[in-house]
Amino acid sequence: MAPILKLENIHKAFGPVRALRGVDMEVFEGEVHALIGENGAGKSTLMKILSGAYQPDEGRMLLDGRPYHPRNPRSGREAGIGMIYQELTIAPHLSVMENVTLGLEQSRLGWIHRRRDEVVQALLSLGQTGIDPDAAAGSLSMGKQQVVEIARVLLSKARVVVMDEPTSSLSASDARALFDVVKRLKATGVAVIYISHFLEEVVEIGDRYTVLRDGETTATGSLTGLSIDDLIPPMIGRSVEELYPASSRQFGDTLMTAEDVHGLLNVPGGVSFKVRRGEILGIAGLVGAGRSETLRTLFGLREGDAGAIRIGKDRRVKASVMSPHLALEEGLNLLSENRKEEGLAVGLSVRANLTLSRLRRYAHSGWIDLSAERERAAHWVDRLGVRCRSTEQPVGTLSGGNQQKLCLARLLHDDSDVLLLDEPTRGIDIGSKAEMYRLIHEAAGQGKAVVMTSSYLPELFGVCDTLAVMHRGLLSDLRPVDDWTEEEVLRYATSGR
Amino acid sequence: MPLPADKVGGRAQTTDTGDRGGLLRRALSDFGPFIGFVFVFTLFAILGPASFTSFYNLKTILTQSVIIGVAALGTTYVIISKGIDLSVGSQIALGPVVVATLINYFGGGTGALVLIAAASGGILVCGLTGLLNGVLITRFKIVPFIVTLGTMQIARGVAKWIALEQTVPTPANWLNNLMLVDPDPSWLLFAPGVWICVAALIVSAIVLKYTVLGRYVFAIGSNEQTARLCGIRVDRFKVIVYSLCGLLTGVAAVLQYSYLTVGDPTSAVGLELDIIAAVVIGGGSLNGGEGSAVGSIVGALIMAVLRNGCNMLGVPNFVQEIIIGAIIVGAVLIDQQKHRVRTKKM
Repeated sequence: MAPILKLENIHKAFGPVRALRGVDMEVFEGEVHALIGENGAGKSTLMKILSGAYQPDEGRMLLDGRPYHPRNPRSGREAGIGMIYQELTIAPHLSVMENVTLGLEQSRLGWIHRRRDEVVQALLSLGQTGIDPDAAAGSLSMGKQQVVEIARVLLSKARVVVMDEPTSSLSASDARALFDVVKRLKATGVAVIYISHFLEEVVEIGDRYTVLRDGETTATGSLTGLSIDDLIPPMIGRSVEELYPASSRQFGDTLMTAEDVHGLLNVPGGVSFKVRRGEILGIAGLVGAGRSETLRTLFGLREGDAGAIRIGKDRRVKASVMSPHLALEEGLNLLSENRKEEGLAVGLSVRANLTLSRLRRYAHSGWIDLSAERERAAHWVDRLGVRCRSTEQPVGTLSGGNQQKLCLARLLHDDSDVLLLDEPTRGIDIGSKAEMYRLIHEAAGQGKAVVMTSSYLPELFGVCDTLAVMHRGLLSDLRPVDDWTEEEVLRYATSGR
Repeated sequence: MPLPADKVGGRAQTTDTGDRGGLLRRALSDFGPFIGFVFVFTLFAILGPASFTSFYNLKTILTQSVIIGVAALGTTYVIISKGIDLSVGSQIALGPVVVATLINYFGGGTGALVLIAAASGGILVCGLTGLLNGVLITRFKIVPFIVTLGTMQIARGVAKWIALEQTVPTPANWLNNLMLVDPDPSWLLFAPGVWICVAALIVSAIVLKYTVLGRYVFAIGSNEQTARLCGIRVDRFKVIVYSLCGLLTGVAAVLQYSYLTVGDPTSAVGLELDIIAAVVIGGGSLNGGEGSAVGSIVGALIMAVLRNGCNMLGVPNFVQEIIIGAIIVGAVLIDQQKHRVRTKKM
């Protein structure tokens, strides 16, 4: 049987970052094809190429044996590729029927032709009898809303349906119901590409699989008879590059202790750990496991429910009253994972961004000593090697790596004791990454305590002294990084065991 | 690890050419309001009667611009912080009513103490309206547009209530002299209101550039999340911003009282739009993080020159409105050009 969709040697680069460098994949009619790989392996890029949002630099795609080169998502959709994204695209105020036919309206002289029967039929073929086509889509549960999206894809006569992390926002029972829907979907003859981090799901629902690692296909085949442990080796097992600085530091006193910290919606759901002077603690885990939320709760950016943060020996702040203002006073500082949306005010100058959290250092009863501020800004820019023409330049004109260095420069300028670094190397090129690692080590060497998250496991192994893994809001034990294997980390991250 | 040399060089080069290509555009956006002002003024100087450039007329233009000017300074803080205040027009109606009512309440006396108390009362009421705006916006997380749309109606209603839906006459007094085109004493050259506006301008320009408050206003408007991340108590500063806007609007309201010599609850209808327009023409961006005190005053001056010049030329009112509308859109177009220059380089 010929594959319905065939990808051959797909390449895609973004500037210096080579997101995809040779992806091969074959998807057959009526199968659920699991696409797995670590964060950053290139799954999202591949899906965007498939949908038509990106164009590949190299390689070819065949749909039903014919060349498939969508110029935009619209032409991808018309060719028969249906996308179901992680974030649902339901219009909550419209009815179920209107949502199902959204973008597929057939009209005569501008009058919408109602396709009630088709909608009911589509819902029925997905095993849904309890959904009222006239109900407002926003009144349905998340799981049912997802079904509405799937029905929309069915109505659009898609040949291949791509589901990106479909269970990540669902409860366990909704997830089970979804599996049933997916089975019915494949029974209608379409091929389903199923992207998930949760390997148990993949093994349960998938027929065949493809593994991506660093933008390449590393394994593909039938899932029959395979277990989770068979899937992990092709996902990891890359050589640790010579990126990471050697470490030989002595740990000092405990600088910060999280005591059973609970956050909003129980994420984090009771996290305890401590970090010492000179120590770099890494937190691994999947996207959505609650790593960012944990750091943000500690820093007071996310509402804390219960628990406390102990700073040094004698200060203890309840998580519920922590605020960024207070955290900064107590010597905590956070590097945001979202550089452009949160980490930096891109319209303001390098100088203004650098000093924003400790502006009072230059202020005398509300007046800023601009010359002192300029002088210190120039000093820090120089010290961290931020490449810019002047400290008055708007931050938006810097490259990503330089922006990230500036974020770190702000933390170091603040002279905070505890640095919470959320994905400190996200989206920067390899050279800037190496510089970030060096700077993080330097900070630890000067007696700061560092807690960092990363979705890139080798980085945590290379940089950290201590490692813990997060799974659905809960943290594993802390162990020296040498006592972990990548398999163990991945197993805990995917199963909590 | 050093970056590959070719990449570094490549970046530097593109930045350079970008600078050269955008130089004219950059000049246009940075000095746009000034250029616009010079252009409009020159245009009327050529087209208009000789009396347009007379010293008396210049004084008139300045005097006509100060009410919008002072209120625009207050609104500048709000707009830089990515907010909006629609209630300023109604505040400029409410303030004079309060001033007039207080003067009458104190027995219609025209002593300095009474007048200062009455003027302070007017400023305070506007300041409290601003405070209310700030508290509603931050406490209940209602968008500024809606909150100030509401307080715009409320302030107007309260003004009518206090004035019993009539103008509130007051005996002639020293406050009325603030807006005299020929000031008394004459060595002041310009109306005292003009000097008040100049003082407010200098203070605002300094506050925005040299104080922590000013920096925080820019930071909040540029990226509120970053401000929060950097430990700025965003809500507190927003309340301060709206209160400050109210206080400056209160000063404008006292000038309005001085101009009208009565408290008129139906005056200044729609004035908030002129005020916002002045800020926008002066380079303020409704996307926050941009704007300047000087620019807003220049914006107010441009509108005053246009009105004055058109009146002198006998251009009908509706044409003035069309021209001012076109200038507002033109100013925003220039503003977007500036942003395009910036994003291109990202």
